[in-house]
Amino acid sequence: MLKQIEGSKAVAEAIALCRPEVICAYPISPQTHIVEALGAMVKSGELTPCEFINVESEFAAMSVAIGSSAAGARSYTATASQGLLFMVEAIYNASGLGLPIVMTVANRAIGAPINIWNDHSDSLSQRDSGWMQLFAENNQEALDLHIQAFRLAEELSMPIMVCMDGFILTHAFERVDIPSQEQVDAYLPKFEPRQVLDPGEPITIGAMVGPEAFMEVKYLAHAKQMQALGLIPKLAEEFRQQFGRDSGGLVRTYRAEDAETMIIAMGSVLGTIKDVVDEMRDEGHKIGVLGIISYRPFPQREVRAALVNCKRFLVLEKSLAVGMGGIVATDVRMAVTGTGLKGFTAIAGLGGRPIPKASLHKLFVEVEKESLPPVSFVDLDWEAVNKQLEREKQTRRSGPIAENILHDKGIVSAGTFG
Amino acid sequence: MFEVRIHGRGGQGVVTATEMLSVAAFEEGRHAQAFPSFGSERTGAPVVAFCRIDDKEIRLREPIMEPDAIIIQDPTLLHQIDVFAGLKPDGYVLINSSHSSEALGLGELLKKIKPQRFCTLPAAELGLKHIGRPIPNAPLLAGFAALSGIIKLESVIKAINERFSGKIAEGNIAAATEAYQLVKKKMEERVHA
Repeated sequence: MLKQIEGSKAVAEAIALCRPEVICAYPISPQTHIVEALGAMVKSGELTPCEFINVESEFAAMSVAIGSSAAGARSYTATASQGLLFMVEAIYNASGLGLPIVMTVANRAIGAPINIWNDHSDSLSQRDSGWMQLFAENNQEALDLHIQAFRLAEELSMPIMVCMDGFILTHAFERVDIPSQEQVDAYLPKFEPRQVLDPGEPITIGAMVGPEAFMEVKYLAHAKQMQALGLIPKLAEEFRQQFGRDSGGLVRTYRAEDAETMIIAMGSVLGTIKDVVDEMRDEGHKIGVLGIISYRPFPQREVRAALVNCKRFLVLEKSLAVGMGGIVATDVRMAVTGTGLKGFTAIAGLGGRPIPKASLHKLFVEVEKESLPPVSFVDLDWEAVNKQLEREKQTRRSGPIAENILHDKGIVSAGTFG
Repeated sequence: MFEVRIHGRGGQGVVTATEMLSVAAFEEGRHAQAFPSFGSERTGAPVVAFCRIDDKEIRLREPIMEPDAIIIQDPTLLHQIDVFAGLKPDGYVLINSSHSSEALGLGELLKKIKPQRFCTLPAAELGLKHIGRPIPNAPLLAGFAALSGIIKLESVIKAINERFSGKIAEGNIAAATEAYQLVKKKMEERVHA
């Protein structure tokens, strides 16, 4: 059924259709509306049987999800940013124990400086945690990916994050097609856990594992993600047959047929990129797009196949590996090893900095001319940066950087005292 | 694509207004995308929210920098921030105010935009009269429908019914209907003047 609703509400409705038995969450912007909506559905009896557990922190949220998933209940939580970081120890436990928890990450920057706006730093910081990570391009895909995520997680007995851009998607009202309960039931079978805490057949989960077996357990986590590379396209195809639309999969190309320049990105910025690419195609530029949906597992083979015929590529990412450059770009470059392709990285949109079409147009033309440095920063205010660098050169007690930059930019609340 | 930017203050329902506008467009079978400016909103602080309307899927995610229409919920913002930034030359302006453009000190603006695309509307008064609170949302959306013809009054009423129920919905519909007629009348007078 077509509806014009907020992204968070659409996701909440999708989760409810997946019949979760335990939802535990701690509110944090921009994830809050999702769990608020689910809380209301549990309270009203619309979502039943389901227990909504209010917890005292994100650490508790993930810990409860671990317990309920181990007890055989389909378990869901959601978080963002500092909340994700606060649950990190438990995140590694969830994947290490092989528990198929589904978690929405409403992607948001990580502080300090504290910032509630969107980028991909939070979930990418959990790159090696053993969780799968799928990125949604729009709210329809966010909704659809959650339905696929339960299938994928439970099939492999591994947890998964469905990542959607905070505010840009979570708070956007747009058209979504909400499937019926019958459709979702036909796609998503009842949860049949591979391991379950059952008093009738007592087992332990969470043994201490020494050097004699630890590597095998870790390798199996890797093996499961390699299996996911096969399973994700299969589930997307089944989804298409059941629901009649393309959603999910490993990667998606756009106007890539004869492209000499390819732009690679994840999440909602792909929409803006496609608009720019349409305009540039009209002007005669041979440019195309590669959207990465599955960040973990990383589809090296598909990324390589999508790029092998181009001449150069740009990875545009909303994340920064401080001291190195791109995070996604590193994986993409690994995927094209030996092809001789020229690769560029552009860091954009950190902390919610808008990524306008005009900036992208300019950037893509520079990629085409190969006149960019290996790593560039879209719309960075170099004047502000250089002023601070100069200040640090001139003065030993140069003061806090964030406050200095705010002051230089004339943000009133950050004026110096006295 | 038609792009609308709404300026107001925290608590006035700026974000709700864009969401309802998107629902009204959706009711007409169009694609619409409403989104806030993503600030940490506080009551009384300047707030801006956006709505795009198109006949095809909307993929663009940049903020609206060159709007086709600007709706201003709080006229005290007029001389505080550059609410008209980027307005297209043939763009629409609708302001919640019982004063004329001259009294608002907007002489310069009016030189730049077409008179048939500008209107003031005592939306807060209409809210107070019909809803019991000076919430300018519904009257402004209906006023925008009358001024621009981009959406129909009946779609605004559908959006109101989707968001509210009972007396609040009734009050909003009454306020919207009066606002629509008021703006229509003003625009007709302007044509005949």
